Amino acid sequence: MTTPRRLLLAAPALFLLPRIVHATPEAMALALREFTGGAAVRTGRVALDVSPLVENGNTVPISVIVDSPMTEEDHVRAIAIFTERNPQPHVITAQFGPRAGRALLATHIRLATSQTLHAVAALSDGTFWSDSAQVVVTLAACLEG
Amino acid sequence: MARVLINIPRTIAAGETITVRTLIQHLMESGHRPNGDGSVVPRDILRRFTASFEGAPVFTAELSPAIAANPFLSFTMTVTESGTLTLRWEGDNGFDQTETRRISVT
Amino acid sequence: MKRVALLLLCCLPAAAQERRSGFADMARETQALQADDAMNPAMLWVQEGEALWSAPAGPAGQSCASCHGDAGTSMRGVAARYPAWDMASQTPIDLAGRIAQCRAERQGAPPLAREAPVLLALSAHVGLQSRGEPIAPLTDPRLASAVTEGASLWRERRGQLDLSCAQCHDDNAGRRLAGSTIPQAHPTGYPLYRLEWQSIGSLQRRLRGCMTGVRAEPFAYGAPEYIAIELFLMGRAAGMLMETPAVRP
Repeated sequence: MTTPRRLLLAAPALFLLPRIVHATPEAMALALREFTGGAAVRTGRVALDVSPLVENGNTVPISVIVDSPMTEEDHVRAIAIFTERNPQPHVITAQFGPRAGRALLATHIRLATSQTLHAVAALSDGTFWSDSAQVVVTLAACLEG
Repeated sequence: MARVLINIPRTIAAGETITVRTLIQHLMESGHRPNGDGSVVPRDILRRFTASFEGAPVFTAELSPAIAANPFLSFTMTVTESGTLTLRWEGDNGFDQTETRRISVT
Repeated sequence: MKRVALLLLCCLPAAAQERRSGFADMARETQALQADDAMNPAMLWVQEGEALWSAPAGPAGQSCASCHGDAGTSMRGVAARYPAWDMASQTPIDLAGRIAQCRAERQGAPPLAREAPVLLALSAHVGLQSRGEPIAPLTDPRLASAVTEGASLWRERRGQLDLSCAQCHDDNAGRRLAGSTIPQAHPTGYPLYRLEWQSIGSLQRRLRGCMTGVRAEPFAYGAPEYIAIELFLMGRAAGMLMETPAVRP
């Protein structure tokens, strides 16, 4: 049985643990606002593809594609990816030139823990669209060190 | 010079939209990892990737520490005529590397 | 009755199971990383190894290619046959050890440490030349005692957890430990890119990881014990196809 005295003795040790910094959903909302300038973000047109179950958070393949003709009149200017519980909410922002052909971004990212990812697209007409995905990161059974 | 792998389709028809895939050898030290002594390993990441064709930007990306080590980036490009594709990676501690590939349409 | 049969099937040791590469136990996304050379980060090391193969090193300005020519021809299947017997030291030697030996003694270049990026790159380049080849361990009688030693090291309990390699990778392979499937531990893809390492590494690095995992003091890099275990494992995996450079979680 843990006595209060023991708890008291253990308490200072907690402060010695390395501080693991996580962004919060609020910090993510702030980073998102920086990207959108406060404009409304609607759900749709964006397809975020990532495995719902990840066996190692160090390298997580992810792709985002936006349904767009990519013409001068109607194209995607940028796509950004945000996370809720990584140390920093911003992951990547991609911008597309007239030759890009498709609004597609594929990369490998890091996920500190299970969380929700958001992909937001900025369109040439000033609208913003998004998709999100929940990812469960399983922990490796045997870690070195 | 960091090792770089650039994958471009072998044959390209004029007007075709191709997928370019790139890998570059880089630790992407996040700046969030603790050292053995309790301090934090200083950040050393690639911050920016730029792809341009004949000088015109095709795809650019701003990277945060959440990009995995040995960054993989893939994008598409519509090729209307032959020309030079320039890929540039810029990062912390003065990292700056440029690779060029000749793109020929058949 | 059916349930009992199913239970029995689950409890069969790996020896009685069909042999399967760790590739088969990975998530589809991790498999895709290995299957596509344009996405497999280990190919960065292969590319470096390819450049090193024909780069002169040492006072005589000799490269690997000066003696061995095109690796695609001369190194085909070589990694699938290692470890081999080393005449000079009268001991078994693994592929990385042979590359390091060639480098130091034949080229006269500064020696390469275990896990040095240059040694991993050359090992990956040579290993790639055996991709798709069946593992074909040498039947050299001089290796026999090391194979036997490897087999007993495999079954020897070690560390504070008092676990042998066999207890996890034979007796409990295919079952789950926390979130991961316990693999049968066939050395089909070394050196390989491990997502946990965020880098490429050798079989010895992997074995050391397992040893610290059971809270045992690992042998030093290059120790004959590792070569003995590798010899045993290559025999255990005989006929399985090489995957170098593999990707594992």
